[in-house]
Amino acid sequence: MQILSKHKFIETNATLLLVLSFLVVTIGGLVQITPLFYLENTIEKVDGMRPYSPLELQGREVYIREGCYVCHSQMIRPMRDEVERYGHYSLAAESMYDHPFQWGSKRTGPDLARVGGRYSDDWHVVHLRDPQSVVPESIMPKYGFLENTIIQPKYIGELMATHKFVGVPYTDEMIAAAEADFRAQADPDSDYDEMLERYPGAQVRNFDGQPGISEADALIAYLQMLGTLVDFSTFTPDASR
Amino acid sequence: MNTGTLNYVKLVGLGLVTLFALIAASYARDLAYQVHMIIFMLVAGGLFLVTLRKTDEPASPIAKDEYFDSVIRAGVIATAFWGVVGFLVGVVIAFQLAFPQLNFEWAQGYANFGRLRPLHTSAVIFAFGGNALIAASFFIVQRTSAARLWGGNLGWFVFWGYQLFIVLAATGYLLGGTQSKEYAEPEWYVDIWLTVVWVAFLLCFLGTLIKRKEPHIYVANWFLLAFIVTVAMLHLVNNISIPVSIWGSKSVQVFSGVQDAMVQWWYGHNAVGFFLTAGFLGMMYYFVPKQAERPVFSYKLSIIHFWALIFLYIWAGPHHLHYTALPDWASTLGMVFSIILWMPSWGGMINGLMTLQGAWDKLRTDPVLRMMVTSLAFYGMSTFEGPMMSIRAVNSLSHYTDWTIGHVHSGALGWNGLITFGMLYYLVPVLWKRERLYSLTLVSWHFWLATIGIVLYAASMWVTGIMEGLMWREVDANGFLVNSFADTVSAKFPMYVVRGLGGVLFLSGAVVMCYNLWMTVKASPAKAKLGTAVPAE
Repeated sequence: MQILSKHKFIETNATLLLVLSFLVVTIGGLVQITPLFYLENTIEKVDGMRPYSPLELQGREVYIREGCYVCHSQMIRPMRDEVERYGHYSLAAESMYDHPFQWGSKRTGPDLARVGGRYSDDWHVVHLRDPQSVVPESIMPKYGFLENTIIQPKYIGELMATHKFVGVPYTDEMIAAAEADFRAQADPDSDYDEMLERYPGAQVRNFDGQPGISEADALIAYLQMLGTLVDFSTFTPDASR
Repeated sequence: MNTGTLNYVKLVGLGLVTLFALIAASYARDLAYQVHMIIFMLVAGGLFLVTLRKTDEPASPIAKDEYFDSVIRAGVIATAFWGVVGFLVGVVIAFQLAFPQLNFEWAQGYANFGRLRPLHTSAVIFAFGGNALIAASFFIVQRTSAARLWGGNLGWFVFWGYQLFIVLAATGYLLGGTQSKEYAEPEWYVDIWLTVVWVAFLLCFLGTLIKRKEPHIYVANWFLLAFIVTVAMLHLVNNISIPVSIWGSKSVQVFSGVQDAMVQWWYGHNAVGFFLTAGFLGMMYYFVPKQAERPVFSYKLSIIHFWALIFLYIWAGPHHLHYTALPDWASTLGMVFSIILWMPSWGGMINGLMTLQGAWDKLRTDPVLRMMVTSLAFYGMSTFEGPMMSIRAVNSLSHYTDWTIGHVHSGALGWNGLITFGMLYYLVPVLWKRERLYSLTLVSWHFWLATIGIVLYAASMWVTGIMEGLMWREVDANGFLVNSFADTVSAKFPMYVVRGLGGVLFLSGAVVMCYNLWMTVKASPAKAKLGTAVPAE
């Protein structure tokens, strides 16, 4: 082990030790992270993905703020039981507009990647208010305060503009119409055609059944769209990925 | 520049910060930001007044010939305090999972599990672990360099700046300011503040190394230096985000989806690898030989395992993303390197354990050494369990389950917790110049409370983790799933209670420690003055 005696050179020079340690710890990250930005098959080409509508984006904000990701994953693995229980395995494309990602790391509660359309809006309202009343075994906390918190969408345009800045394909038109679209999606009596043109497949309802747009409206709008966008009839998996 | 002029510069700076924070608090778009700006305003305003009162008064002389120990004493107190807070929040959320009624209706918007869990993880990792690491770094680097900490009062800035970071992070979670990246939840301005504090920490540490009197840099300092530098790199990259407005806490991550997941777990696993492993190995390399009064077992082993450990750890992140939408090549790399990592990890454990060669008998009489050795045993166990769980086939069962939680806690409670307790028991008599600890019997009590607590915790999580993993995948003869998700939740209830009790034991051990350390300072006889003062500079 002659080479180890040369280590004296490093361990008597603090700056050298600092620089060498830093170089050694950069390698792994460089190899694993940088290719994900240029390898073309990292994100699948799919039909149907679109940025979140303003109301859904606001719902996602509530989801993040309350720490839902702590107990719910949004990442279905391709195992038999998971596909059976939750639906088609999750694609990278399905979270490409998620800044940050919400894949989660723990299933204290079930996966939510494809929860959209599985339950009615009413079920979600009651479940958020008192989870044990619809699922007796549930250990989820109550989130009744969401339906009592009315949202003023004053800053939603700015939030979308920031998402645009980091690469989400919002157009200037979408950002200009953000407040109007926000209100239109939660009001079935509104003139929502333009909103639907901008956000194909968005669901227009008064989600919590109460007047005013509450955080529960936004959260349920988000939950009801999760996993519903990609058209799997035109999707072919890439074997080399 | 003399201190008089410097004081005026300080006054202008603090005045501007106070004014800006006041304006920001009134324009605030969300509660977390508003409360934080009020905190900034009070801190800067308070410092302004203190500085103003001291202006033109002669500065009290600093004893430059002594080690800078007052900041380490503060660090010891902060470590014990945040430890108890972090364990307590852990016990609360453990029982919230067993008894959901503990998510009190009146505290819905502040104290539900989703907001308390980041509070617990940050409190134990960054408040308890972080303070322990800063105190250990300051103590070790001065002793092994035979030099006073570089930077004068910069050490105090690091200490108080770090406490401010902890308060901002903790209140932020309760008030809903989070960017939802696990173990990196604080929002943009808190991240910037931590960066400033961390750079000051690096300067103090490196400055002391550079002006050292010893020709060689002791092995503990290699690990501590690598920990400080790597954590800085991880923190900066994982937190790149664009604030929506400077008047609000909300920011948007630059990375998204699969890339963001990779960056997050590159960060997340190396928060374990460098914060909780490299840093604590530095602690181990100083305090275990000191307590055992034996030199480190093998110098060559420490060289090999240092470079191998820091090179390999950084690759392990993608094992958190097996079978996800992360491309297979990346998760395969993560798995392979995680398994190789087993070797340098055990190199560290062997080097620590074998340091006791010729001193094993001390385990019978010295409960502090027993605690340190047990922590190394837990380190060995969890660095075997980790590589095993990173194997795809095992991970397909263990991922998303409580097994992961158990694994983390055998490492965090067993390795990080026990080695830190050992360090505190060593440091308090030294720093407060006492002859001995108040009570070794109480140390033994702490040892057994903590160990039994960890065993209950880890064992119950193995049972629930493997059970729920098997229940989720169980199919009947016709190919239908046997269990609904709710079935698996109710099946876990008894084990959740056992886990909570394990936490209670661990917490009570820490409270016993606090009492013991307090009494050591209050009631233990002072150490007789040595003939010669400790030379520093």
